[in-house]
Amino acid sequence: MKQLVIIGNGIAGITAARHVRQQDDQVRITVISAESDHFYSRTALMYIYMGHMTYAHTKPYEDFFWAKNRIDLMRGYVERVDTAGKQVQLADGKTLPYDALVIATGSVPTTVDWPGLNAKGVQGFYGLPDLASMEQYTQGIDRAVVVGGGLIGIELAEMLHSRHIAVTMLVRDQTYWGSTLPAEEGRILEQHIRDHGIDLRLATELREIQADESGRVRAVVTTDGQEIPCQFVGLGIGVTPNVGFLRGSGIELGKGVLVNEYFETSIPDVYAIGDCNEFRDPIIGTDGAPRKTIEQIWYTGRMHGETLAQTLCGHRTAYRPGAFFNSAKFLDIEYQTYGTLNAKPTEGEQTHYWEHPNGRQCVRINYRADDGRVVGIHALGLRLRHAVIDRWIQDRRPLDYVLRHFRQADFNPEFSDAYTDALTGNGPVRKSWLRRLFSSP
Amino acid sequence: MQTTGQRAGLFLFLIGFALFVGTLTLSQYRLTDQVLAKTAKKEQLTDLRTATAPILGKLYGSSFGFVGDLKAAVGQLNSGYQQAKQYDKQIGSDFIFQTTKAASTGFFPAHSQWFFWASLLLCVGGALLYFLPERRTLPGIKNNGVFHNPATNRGWIGIIVGTFLIGFYVVLYFYPEYLTNWTLLFDPLSRLVNGGPASQWFVYGSLYTLAILVMGVRMLVKYRGNPYQQIRTVSVMFFQLAFAFLIPELMALFNQPAQDLKNMWPLDYSFYFDYRIDEKIKAGTFGLFLLVWGTALWLVGVPILTYFFGKRWYCSWVCGCGGLAETLGDPYRQLSDKRLVAWKFERVIVHSVLAFAVVMTALVLYTYATGQSSLFGILDSYSLRSTYGFAIGSVFAGVVGTGFYPLMGNRVWCRFGCPLAAYLGLVQRFKSRFRITTNGGQCISCGNCSTYCEMGIDVRWYAQRGQDIVRSSCVGCGICSSVCPRGVLNLENADETSRLTSPNPILLGNNSIHVQP
Repeated sequence: MKQLVIIGNGIAGITAARHVRQQDDQVRITVISAESDHFYSRTALMYIYMGHMTYAHTKPYEDFFWAKNRIDLMRGYVERVDTAGKQVQLADGKTLPYDALVIATGSVPTTVDWPGLNAKGVQGFYGLPDLASMEQYTQGIDRAVVVGGGLIGIELAEMLHSRHIAVTMLVRDQTYWGSTLPAEEGRILEQHIRDHGIDLRLATELREIQADESGRVRAVVTTDGQEIPCQFVGLGIGVTPNVGFLRGSGIELGKGVLVNEYFETSIPDVYAIGDCNEFRDPIIGTDGAPRKTIEQIWYTGRMHGETLAQTLCGHRTAYRPGAFFNSAKFLDIEYQTYGTLNAKPTEGEQTHYWEHPNGRQCVRINYRADDGRVVGIHALGLRLRHAVIDRWIQDRRPLDYVLRHFRQADFNPEFSDAYTDALTGNGPVRKSWLRRLFSSP
Repeated sequence: MQTTGQRAGLFLFLIGFALFVGTLTLSQYRLTDQVLAKTAKKEQLTDLRTATAPILGKLYGSSFGFVGDLKAAVGQLNSGYQQAKQYDKQIGSDFIFQTTKAASTGFFPAHSQWFFWASLLLCVGGALLYFLPERRTLPGIKNNGVFHNPATNRGWIGIIVGTFLIGFYVVLYFYPEYLTNWTLLFDPLSRLVNGGPASQWFVYGSLYTLAILVMGVRMLVKYRGNPYQQIRTVSVMFFQLAFAFLIPELMALFNQPAQDLKNMWPLDYSFYFDYRIDEKIKAGTFGLFLLVWGTALWLVGVPILTYFFGKRWYCSWVCGCGGLAETLGDPYRQLSDKRLVAWKFERVIVHSVLAFAVVMTALVLYTYATGQSSLFGILDSYSLRSTYGFAIGSVFAGVVGTGFYPLMGNRVWCRFGCPLAAYLGLVQRFKSRFRITTNGGQCISCGNCSTYCEMGIDVRWYAQRGQDIVRSSCVGCGICSSVCPRGVLNLENADETSRLTSPNPILLGNNSIHVQP
């Protein structure tokens, strides 16, 4: 391999580039991106809008890093991949030959064919251009609607709320994020969202978007016939692999680029990692749990990049992830999940659920009814120690063992309320001494 | 969004603040014989009468004219003494300060107490009116709009505040005779706690303490729901009020050497200067206790406490400079420079200051023991200590250290200049149980941690590699952990051998690859 070309400068593509460079001093690495000159952290976009950070803060590496590590960054839009000639063609007419090609183009926001979708002020939220358009269309407005209650939906709601724009959230599920979270957790978050003054409407979907004479969004109409006036509509109903430009290239596509466990596509020397790929067969994690064929998650993008770098450097390595993990933040409530924890326990699974009396924190532990081994743990409003929980799930530890040792998994800051006794049924939550001093019992 | 009450609070604060600054212009000045008799030494009274004859009895409308003429008169007198080689007769700058204060006349000095209470109550009340209503909102750290606000993003408000602070420090250190009206305001308070009239340092100490208390309340409100931040804030408020302010003043009231019991060498760089050692020896048992206490603190206390808790036990729980940085400086923490080049400068500068302090102290002690002021003919202890006092003690610690809060972040001094921070940092880096642990593979590289690190540490660099953060500059304020949206960072004390200081080859969650055996 003399020339490695990576399309996309997100976490997957950049991780691959860095790990290849660590192992191989000779190969030429070129990263092509249409979106930005440098790698920035997509997850921090919301904080730019909210004024917590500037764009410069979202760059994990200083600009000199790329030249120092001889990773060429090229700004451009790939129009076509010529797999027969082993080159990519850019929109400005340039071509770039490759020995190995990595497709890491991420996602685009999902849309449904709603009437009025093209009105000005209607958008998804994925990249820098979305941030710019949101900045433009939310200037001076006072009402907005967010469609979808997933991770992007709640980010959009928080962003708008931070600028004192009244927000209505339309959520399809009966309980909040009901496709992923059990009902109790959903209720905690519903209450929290409403406490912030966000108008959360469950079991409600969008029917159409209405525009005024200038083509600017004026209102939305929901499936139950209500009209909600607003000047901005944020779509947070999910993302779809960004693979449209590959049609006709001969690379086999499903929803994403179809790959095997080595990230190999149907064409030799072409690989796909991150949001944009789709595994032909579900990958089985080392904890024995099957994973989704498309996982649009920050951490998996990074793990793909790390793994593929091994293959590219001559150590053909299969993607064999450990126990699933993810995290999020819903306004002020943090969420962490490990292992398999579905909205409804699967056949033969039981659940141990503990909720803090304050109604803002909870821990759920799912385990097999037969041998008691824990398969998934998640928490709202608490921080858990990744390495410890990961080990418990990998080692197939039973529930009583996990409960007895739960203190080891506490990752909360010093002086936080001690909750592990309450979790295991051994006593009430112990408040930190400052809280005992300053709060009513 | 600001409520009407908050806007009113801001308005009241600004009025109180304008009133406070405005009092500096309110006096008239008249040098009389009584004033001279009060401020001059008896043996110099005749000379001074002659020298100041042209301005005696003349009424000045502003301090500028008065101080200018007084300085010229005294300057002439001094140059006469110099020519006559009567150096011991020279009149010091304290005479200018005391005389200006005593010559203050008119409506203001007669009613200074009204101005004291009006400006203080308006400032404190207005500030509390502005901060306290935030309690209505749900707990949770909100840095909304920090980079949209001209006060906190190096905008025009930040530049004005920075300019004011720098100007304040320059006048305080080098032209205190223009601040005499403030000492009139604080005279009664000063008499109450230490029995004497207020000096400019008493005014400064009071304002400093007040700033920490009021902005501490702001911290308690902003970080409610985070016990670590709250307890830490209560701690710095307590140590400032009790240890830095009240106890030393009360020691002075009882005619004992006044000492901030938590301030230690080498931050307190004059701790082993001859006049301070003499003062303590003269004070007998109590003075000896102070000498032993101050020595034990840096010699024994620092290594032991830093081994168990990291340097945070001092820098962000106890220290006065840290206390001001953590409270008054909290709105500016995001302005510290995180670039690699800043780190390179930092390491050279802060350790150079430590070396400078050690050499100077050694030389001063050598001088004290032997009576010789220079070593090898070039290192002169007197010029060394005055250079240090001016360059480090005044310009760096005051003018730059605090004046640059709104421009370079709130820990400029701690980060680049404090010799004690450098010493604590060396212990923390090489022999301490303290580290910031990163949580497996959960980092999303968002950069909140790095943005809000006041010490300019690129926390994200470590977190995204799954590497523990062991840095000599970390003051353990814990804000990185507080602002992390994914619960990745935690301040911990654990066996030092369990530090994870090399990057994780493969982050958690991908167990199939083992790069290292």
